[in-house]
Amino acid sequence: MKRQWVVVLALVIVASVAFAAVRVSSSSAGARQTSVNKAVSGTITFDGIWTASSGQKQFQDVINAFQKLYPKVHVNYKPVGNDLPTVLATAVAGGHPPDMADIAQPGTVKQFATEGKLKPITYASSVIGKNFAPAWKKLGTFDGKLYALVFKAANKSVVWYNVPAFKTAGVSPPTTFSQLLKDAQTIKASGTPAYSIGGADGWTLTDMFENIYLRTFGAAKYDALSAHKIKWTDKSVTTALKTMAKIVGDTSNIYGGTSGALQYGFNDSVTNAFASPAKAAMVFEADFVGGVITSSTKAKPKTGFNTFTWPSITPGPDAGAVEIAGDLFVTFRDNPAIEAFVKYLATPQAAEIWARQGGFGTGNHNVPASVYPDPITKATEAPILTAKSVVFDMSDNQPPAFGSTSGQGEWGLFQQFLRNPKNISGVQKKLESAAAAAYKK
Amino acid sequence: MAAPPPSREPGKLGRYLTGAVFLAPALFMLGVWMVYPAVYTIVRSFFGPTGFFGTWVGIDNYKSLFTTSTLTTAIKNNAIWVAVVPAFVTAVGLIFAVLTERVRWSVAFKTAVFLPMAISAFATGVTWRIMYQQDPGLGAINALGKTVSGIVSPAGVLPSALPSTPNLVPKNGGLVLKTPVHPGGVALLGLTGIAPTAMPGGAKQAVTPPAKPGAIVGTVWRDFKPGGGKPGVVETGELGLPRVTVELESSTGKTVQSTRSADDGSFTFSNVPPGTYNAGVGASTFAKPFGGYAWLGPNLITPSLLIAYIWIWAGFAMVVIAAGLSAMSREVLEAARTDGASEWQTFRRVTVPLLAPVLSVVFVTMIINVLKVFDIVYALAPQSAYQNANVLALAMYFTAFQGAGNFGIGSAIAVFLFLLVVPVLLLNIRRFRREV
Repeated sequence: MKRQWVVVLALVIVASVAFAAVRVSSSSAGARQTSVNKAVSGTITFDGIWTASSGQKQFQDVINAFQKLYPKVHVNYKPVGNDLPTVLATAVAGGHPPDMADIAQPGTVKQFATEGKLKPITYASSVIGKNFAPAWKKLGTFDGKLYALVFKAANKSVVWYNVPAFKTAGVSPPTTFSQLLKDAQTIKASGTPAYSIGGADGWTLTDMFENIYLRTFGAAKYDALSAHKIKWTDKSVTTALKTMAKIVGDTSNIYGGTSGALQYGFNDSVTNAFASPAKAAMVFEADFVGGVITSSTKAKPKTGFNTFTWPSITPGPDAGAVEIAGDLFVTFRDNPAIEAFVKYLATPQAAEIWARQGGFGTGNHNVPASVYPDPITKATEAPILTAKSVVFDMSDNQPPAFGSTSGQGEWGLFQQFLRNPKNISGVQKKLESAAAAAYKK
Repeated sequence: MAAPPPSREPGKLGRYLTGAVFLAPALFMLGVWMVYPAVYTIVRSFFGPTGFFGTWVGIDNYKSLFTTSTLTTAIKNNAIWVAVVPAFVTAVGLIFAVLTERVRWSVAFKTAVFLPMAISAFATGVTWRIMYQQDPGLGAINALGKTVSGIVSPAGVLPSALPSTPNLVPKNGGLVLKTPVHPGGVALLGLTGIAPTAMPGGAKQAVTPPAKPGAIVGTVWRDFKPGGGKPGVVETGELGLPRVTVELESSTGKTVQSTRSADDGSFTFSNVPPGTYNAGVGASTFAKPFGGYAWLGPNLITPSLLIAYIWIWAGFAMVVIAAGLSAMSREVLEAARTDGASEWQTFRRVTVPLLAPVLSVVFVTMIINVLKVFDIVYALAPQSAYQNANVLALAMYFTAFQGAGNFGIGSAIAVFLFLLVVPVLLLNIRRFRREV
């Protein structure tokens, strides 16, 4: 009898110590992972968008650091490039998806989740909760389940400007939209077109619209329009398009005019604005403009180029809202190796590896701002963390047939709007019928 | 490894078996790469957008083929392609083939015309896209246009200039001060929109000359300083515009005097008879340089594509037709000439009919090629013109694989495209049989 008690007592002690140990290790996982784990083994295939010229090396550094902690797990990264959605859709339809993938469109993630192709990452919920604000978890949640980790985020509420062009015109970065329009006229009078628009890429136009809509009506209404709970024929869309027409309708203030803008892609719009002497003064695009400036022009940060936050239109509670685009990491399978990798990716140490090398933003608030390599990156990435609300790129959020197909749906129709900014109601009708068709599916 | 006994003939079954064994790899390949995908595509076209099969939708996918505007545009464009390209390619090929027969450097010429065939259609698309750029500084074709128009109508010195105040209004391409001036008055012509780098050389600080009796004086200057300055007021830091042609109009609109501004922008019209006048800057100052045609814009994109495509395939047609030409018997041609037929008659009545089988091979091959056209449109047309440049194969790719991910409609487009090609294929096969 007595011996039995001793055994039970011993078991209880062992169990509680073990439990405590598990708890200790799981709570420390929130911030840092340091201990080497040899128990988990396996191979993970990962299809990503980053190629040798666009971040493959940086992501491989993240993988290498993970593999140091889990020496028996091997992550096989495949740089698919921009054809990723095509490759992935085909692989999923054929029944052989990779273990993990990087998807830039929540619309696609939602589609895969609804079809039951994805595995929930509920196991990473607490790690994500420790490192990210609830808004970020919401971005990865579809149909009530957590499916995606937003590993990389890009601030889309940014405007880039040519510093010498602003100096020549004697204007300073505007904070309100009316000031922006006034500055644009001054810049035009100084002899440089104010706007450089990459209209050959439809997404540059939807991004402009989205920032205007967000700045005018706030995050809640923005999300409603995103989810097609507000129709495209709504009055709010009319208002936003009218505001947008103040920019795209000012033809003589756009480099190359309307027809030129429709032929310049995103890259052209950046190189035109940051050429010397400047061909245009401003580009409305996300934080990744910086990379194009440094790689294809001679402009230097601060003296040649700089940024300002998308000016506010209607001051209100949502004035500090930020539109982001991001890479959602999803899993098509479930095993301890994948779980370990997803949890690792949610830690600040994983994000820091890339953040230190530039061209990387994150919603991980445990990543110190000091890791960003230069002041402009710091300035464009900080708002992602401090924003009162974060919304995802609207066109990425919608069914891809409407939101992200070259020359069709939203992209194609905003190009029509750029061609003829006076026909607001016509474009609205076409947007609505295209959206309705895509959502019905 | 003993050889089979040579005496024993394999039986009928054995022969079939051997045949089957030899055919198996080819049949397997054919089955995996051709038959299975074709059958699957046909079946798939009756099902919904996603999944390996999705839900049965009957002929809905085919209906949307003719009701969706992007797809009807694609069908319309394919029709244009079929109507234009085969005929042009055959005609151009024929002309080149006949002409190169008679020139000395025919091999070099043929090589040059055939060269585009050696370049991938994608590379061709990218190259032509650059040549078609609207900006004459980028696109070769518009650069040529700029050179020509530069001779015919040269650009003005201040093509980008804009009036600085609403008081300066456009008139016949120039700008005129709305407020009339009288002798002894001052006319201030402020212009903006001139980049500091575009300023005419030798410009000095703008000055307003003192009013003179019997004369009209004034300044034409860059009415801008950092921050904007005061429009319509000559301020320190604002430069005069030298050598600008300033015109004085009488109240009837007739130009009575014209002069050129000095380095500080000042000008004087002396000995002006009493009356009411308007001062302004003539149209030639603002003449815009040739801005280029929008070859890649919505209206010209399909013609632009057709030209590039004909450029690629003319060489192919030429080579095939030249081969036919060299196989033709010379006696017939000489007989025709001896009988007194002119060159044109010989060509029209003898050469072309004799070449007809070759011409039809080229024509039919081109119809099939053109129906399937994809790569050049994908590479050449900017995204903003896809709507207008759309063709069936491109629409199929975008519908099935890009974004939309609608395999149902995508398959329906593929089947439709196949049905369009079938009659032409049958024609081809029948001709092969006849020739054998």
